[in-house]
Amino acid sequence: MATPPQALSGVRVLDLTQIISGPYGTKLLADYGADVIKIERPGIGDLARRMGPFAGDDVHPEKSGLFLHLNTNKRSVTLDLKTATGKKLFFELLEGADAVVESFAPRVMPSLGLDFETLRARNRRLVMTSVSNFGQRGPYRDWKSAEIVTYATGGPMWATGLPEREPMSLGDNVVQYQVGAASAVATSMALYSAEASGQGDHLDVSLFRTQASSQDRRTTMLIGYQYTGERNVRSPVGASTAVGVRPCGDGYVNIMGSSHRFEDVLRMMGQPELVEDPRFSDLVARSQPGASEEFDAYYIPYLMEHTKRDLFQIAQSHRLPSGPLYDSADLLADGHFQERGFWATVDHPVAGVVTQPGRPFIMNETPWQLRNPAPVLGEHNEAVFGEMLGYDRQALVRLKRMGVI
Amino acid sequence: MALPLDGIRVLDLTAVWAGPHCTMLLADWGAEVIRIESIQVLQPSTRGHMAHPPKELPRLRKSWGMTYPDWDPGDQPWNRYPIFQSHARNKLSMTVDLRLPEGLDLFHRLVNICDVFVENNVPETIEKLHVTYEELVEHRPDLIALRMPAYGLSGPYKNYRSFGVQLEGTAGHSLLRGYPDMDPATGRDDVYLGDAAAGVNGALAVVMALRHRRRTGKGQLIELAQAENFVPYLGEAVMDYTMNRRVRDTIGNRHPSAAPHGVYRCRGDDRWVTIVVGSDRQWQGLCRAIGNPAWCGDPRFATGIGRWKNQDEMDTSIEEWTRERSPDEAMRLLQAEGVPAGAVLDDRDLYNDPQINGFGFFKELTHADAGTHKYPGIMWSASETPNEIRTPPVRLGEHNEYVYQELLAMSAGDIIDFEKKGHIGTRYPEHLP
Repeated sequence: MATPPQALSGVRVLDLTQIISGPYGTKLLADYGADVIKIERPGIGDLARRMGPFAGDDVHPEKSGLFLHLNTNKRSVTLDLKTATGKKLFFELLEGADAVVESFAPRVMPSLGLDFETLRARNRRLVMTSVSNFGQRGPYRDWKSAEIVTYATGGPMWATGLPEREPMSLGDNVVQYQVGAASAVATSMALYSAEASGQGDHLDVSLFRTQASSQDRRTTMLIGYQYTGERNVRSPVGASTAVGVRPCGDGYVNIMGSSHRFEDVLRMMGQPELVEDPRFSDLVARSQPGASEEFDAYYIPYLMEHTKRDLFQIAQSHRLPSGPLYDSADLLADGHFQERGFWATVDHPVAGVVTQPGRPFIMNETPWQLRNPAPVLGEHNEAVFGEMLGYDRQALVRLKRMGVI
Repeated sequence: MALPLDGIRVLDLTAVWAGPHCTMLLADWGAEVIRIESIQVLQPSTRGHMAHPPKELPRLRKSWGMTYPDWDPGDQPWNRYPIFQSHARNKLSMTVDLRLPEGLDLFHRLVNICDVFVENNVPETIEKLHVTYEELVEHRPDLIALRMPAYGLSGPYKNYRSFGVQLEGTAGHSLLRGYPDMDPATGRDDVYLGDAAAGVNGALAVVMALRHRRRTGKGQLIELAQAENFVPYLGEAVMDYTMNRRVRDTIGNRHPSAAPHGVYRCRGDDRWVTIVVGSDRQWQGLCRAIGNPAWCGDPRFATGIGRWKNQDEMDTSIEEWTRERSPDEAMRLLQAEGVPAGAVLDDRDLYNDPQINGFGFFKELTHADAGTHKYPGIMWSASETPNEIRTPPVRLGEHNEYVYQELLAMSAGDIIDFEKKGHIGTRYPEHLP
């Protein structure tokens, strides 16, 4: 069967990013068809290669689960951009490229002589996407960041967690993934424009600003602050009656029984008569201090009689937005995701057969495809420098000896 | 330069957050996004928890999702609701009741003159309304339809309802965050990154489909199951399990291998700074920033592993230093020495932050019902395509005249008829709670 076309077939991206944000963005482009050439430092490569988890806990640059996840469908070449020859090769690649995505500190590309003006002088329709901590200019331009630092500065960390405790960050590196996704949208929009107009663009995507404009509460809270002059604070445990995480027989569930949904919760519990109780009879009563705890005295005993999976199904049958709190084992075992074919399995030459998260969305005409697992370091030097740019075997050996590739 | 999506028309049947966030990004970058709304039905959390909330409720609740100017829902709460205000700039709004045959017929005529249709409802809702891709494509053969339900268009959870916070529970995020020393039922209720993630990737899918359509003339159906979309954000945890059968738990503000790593109390009430040391160089930077106290020379802290093992002790000493300083001062002293550090910026702090204001990020807008406020702006900037918010959050039915008269060229008589049947309006009826 012929392979269906992909949405970004024919787009070539030079990828100078590493670790999480930039690579997640270019992974999205690669998974939907772009030819992403990942340019890595000779001998070292993407620092994510040194970050875990490692397959079989074997600390090996080709066995990093983080790297394997974030670099599917990309081609890897090694290139030292600090050398004149390395730069020459980069400029040769640039001629056939549609986009350059980079995630260096903002001073680095100019110091390498690879600023946007220089690059666009060689390729008018080039889209350059710069992913950085705090943006390409401004007083924090050169500052360092990290997952928690980004969530603290740009995101709503101050209002996340419990009032009597310290503010709480999110899990793992989710904020950096979000920036990666934003960089992919920005890049694809500019590419869409450049393909028609012939004019490229330079995009400034930062962790800080992506968080400050995120629809994860931050923007709503900022508007709320403008409305009232009061800062949004961390909410106490069980702040809303019949809303949020509660314990159940074998773990935890999150059921939203707010406003009009409260009576559905009562029906689910088989105690519809509780709506007559003046403590719970309307939203104003249920919003009084202590109402949530008083309701939990009825609610939690009911929840404890059921498993999280049963409650998921029961709550949904009462049209309640809800979900169990799963760990990875629960998630991988869940029939819904399996039945839909969400999980992807790749056979990697070094790491072996690995199950990874699959497509984020299904495009019926131009599907997500796992054409290749993440590349080993420099795997495509010959294909790219040899076949694409026309360097012969001898030249490649010389380049390697010089440490350029 | 023109905005990238100039000339693209999007019909927006989205609710709450994820879908509206997606169409906001499309609108910000040039698309004409027309919200299709009904004055007969209020989708909760879209234009309000309630159409007519009790006047005293917002001030009583003081909840981030229920603020109104001066805590007052006002005469038209649906135009002031903060969740709606956060995504509705640059959009248009028209009203029509799709449940009535003439409403559906009108919608079909709009589909015929649009490029993209976006919705994020429970699949059965879209089926009942007869606005599935298969039904709409008859009216626009090259239609691009993005459907983004919580769990997809097939499978056992097809019609399951969820906000971002619940599907993050299923995807595994809720158990990966929060206080490690507390029961998971505490303090994990209020994070909605799933919505933000779906919005951004939905926009990506639409733009890629537009490219494909331009090259081939073909539209398509895109199915974004929000739960599936979020799982890749947790790739490390998933792969630690698939490769090593290890189930991860929350480690709070700490890091699996780097230390110091966390949030530290500063001078003042509820003031905090985050600090991360990821290398020996950053450790030396931290020591310089805090004036090289004697404890920094402790040989146990000389290596990354040593620091990780002894972080409780280090954290206590670091906090002795941060407690004497404001978050801003601590952040600047540490950053000057190359240490990743960031003040935990509350709402007021962010409005006063020199970096974000340097981008011209906040934009003062005057909204007919909500007054004049500074709104958070565009997510990224483009050197050749300067961009800022063009129009304030759209009011219910604000563009009925444009859609009914200009786009559809309906006669005055027909419009009066539509008005009588309850399609056209700018208010929810009083009987709607």
